[in-house]
Amino acid sequence: MLRQTKYLSSRYNEPDGWSLSAYERDGGYKQAKRVLGGMTRDALIEDMKAANIRGRGGAGFAMGVKWSFMPWPPKPEKPHYLVINADEGEPGTFKDRTIMEKNPHSVVEGCIIGCYGIGAHTAYIYVRDELHLSKERLWGAINEAKAKGYLGKNPFGSDYAVEVFVHTGAGAYICGEETALLNSLEGKRGEPRLKPPFPAQAGAFGMPSTVNNLETIAIVPTALEMGGDAFSKLSELHNLKDGGSRLFGVSGHVNTPGVFEACVGLTLRELIYDLGGGVKGGKLLAVIPGGSSCPILRADDLVSAPNEKSPLFPWNGKSVLDVPLGVDTFRALGTMLGTCCAIVLSDQACPVLAMHNLMRFYRHESCGQCTPCREGSAWIFRIMDRIVAGQASIEELDRLSEIADNIMGNTICAFGEGTAMPALGFLKKFRREFEQYILTRGKSSPNRLTLPGHFAGAAE
Amino acid sequence: MTFALTPERESHLAEILSRYPNRMAATIPVLHLCQEQNGWVSEEIMEWVAHRLGISAAHVKGVATFYTLFNKEPVGRHQVWVCRTLSCALNGADALLHHCEKRLGVHVGGTTKDGSVTLRTAECLAACGQAPMMQVDRDYHENLTLADVDTILDRLTRS
Ligand SMILES: Cc1cc2nc3c(=O)[nH]c(=O)nc-3n(C[C@H](O)[C@H](O)[C@H](O)COP(=O)(O)O)c2cc1C
Ligand code: SF4
Ligand code: FES
Repeated sequence: MLRQTKYLSSRYNEPDGWSLSAYERDGGYKQAKRVLGGMTRDALIEDMKAANIRGRGGAGFAMGVKWSFMPWPPKPEKPHYLVINADEGEPGTFKDRTIMEKNPHSVVEGCIIGCYGIGAHTAYIYVRDELHLSKERLWGAINEAKAKGYLGKNPFGSDYAVEVFVHTGAGAYICGEETALLNSLEGKRGEPRLKPPFPAQAGAFGMPSTVNNLETIAIVPTALEMGGDAFSKLSELHNLKDGGSRLFGVSGHVNTPGVFEACVGLTLRELIYDLGGGVKGGKLLAVIPGGSSCPILRADDLVSAPNEKSPLFPWNGKSVLDVPLGVDTFRALGTMLGTCCAIVLSDQACPVLAMHNLMRFYRHESCGQCTPCREGSAWIFRIMDRIVAGQASIEELDRLSEIADNIMGNTICAFGEGTAMPALGFLKKFRREFEQYILTRGKSSPNRLTLPGHFAGAAE
Repeated sequence: MTFALTPERESHLAEILSRYPNRMAATIPVLHLCQEQNGWVSEEIMEWVAHRLGISAAHVKGVATFYTLFNKEPVGRHQVWVCRTLSCALNGADALLHHCEKRLGVHVGGTTKDGSVTLRTAECLAACGQAPMMQVDRDYHENLTLADVDTILDRLTRS
């Protein structure tokens, strides 16, 4: 159900909505003050568990549970770290950037509370280098908070020291993967690490660490202010432990692309038609629900969940567009919720070219440590190139599936699955279109991604 | 060694070091600092960074070559990156890129003869809702038309 909210985005349209005075006017920093003013760690963790904040970075892990994994009590010789993931590189995803640019103090306040919750005194916010305005706004917020005595040795007069720093990468999608990010933070190549050990045992600088997505940490003050349970109940999927409200993005072939804040439980139909203003230039062909690593859904897909135990049972037989966007509901659909930023394809766009585009991305971004990922992503792209050039045979479609299958489960990090799953998704959902494309050397298809007349009047 | 940071950047470096529990963690920020001054990261700079941070030159080289935003050779006075990933591609990124190539008279990866602009492609820059887009130096330009691109490129080649 569409219920828009304004917890993170209330000042998005105000010219100085990112400043400390605007944030405090809306009640900012009261929760950090309350927490450092004597809330027990147990009470904080319990409230955060009750809030059912599922990680906003892609995997959807419960934030409160993750905080509770930190070794307790912290040992003096093993300082804990809070690491915030603002690498935002997943194609189609552009939500964290809006928070950093327009509401950076929610991140700083979230970091103070998060540090207390996990027993850390230092938080690093890892921002991809290209986001210069985001970094500037975060540093600005940190400095403003520091000047007011909200950070440093005695925040709010307490004796719980907290420092927050911005750290930047230098252009590598893989640094969004949490262990690659930790290596990059340590000044190394951004190559993912084998897990275990998990960050809670040995993370940043070998110390116990928690990695949270930037939106995950930014919503913490709101959840605390409402109370965890009340926050969770904003969501239609409260019973599935998927709580609160979050940012949804929509891009591609829609009339009003953008980032929108709404209660969890929003459907793709609402995201595309009510918030996104409907499909531009044709009818809806398909949608990638939450960043490019999530397998694509077709507009005509129906839910098949005859088993009462399935989280999808209430939507059995209905259109996939009417299923609430949730971590478990979308996993049960055979795709993923991911970052909640959807990419919309109209029927004027060619699905073969869409897959070609994404597979080029994955080939380019594989870090190269694992053979199945490095070779597989390159091989998939080569075949896609041959298909698009009109040089491939139908059998090569099966080869594509085999290569993708061989990546699954055989790699150090989830980038491998993030490449293979969307590839398999395209091949399954568009098998007929792919076959026709190969047989007619592209003539069966619009053979373009851009809508006709996109740059009308100009020579294309 | 002849490379040296400006005094302002030297004090920035000291501040950077204070953020981390060890010196290696400053590798990427310090490489950025050097590139900001020099435009690209030379062998000499890598060795200078290694020396300053007390780590091996091989380590610094390994890091500098891993990340695409460190220029391993000189580049133009201005950097243009056209995003070509799916949301932008659905909104005309290919045509936009070709337009840039024609207008500047260079292929992707190349620098104009007068040294004013280096043209490159980027993967998703987190501006998908404002596609098509390109980054010019530190700024994002979004919801572009070809006429916007002309205005931007004219300004760059003149400056
Ligand atoms: C290839 C890859 C790229 C990722 N990129 C990002 C990213 O850009 N931002 C992010 O928050 N999480 C990203 N993640 C997920 C992180 O590994 C991690 O799960 C997340 O930061 C945890 O935060 P959360 O629990 O708050 O979601 C990525 C994962 C993989 C496998
Ligand atoms: S799966 Fe791919 S990206 Fe991840 S570690 Fe292996 S090679 Fe690198
Ligand atoms: S696809 Fe171009 S900014 Fe995301």
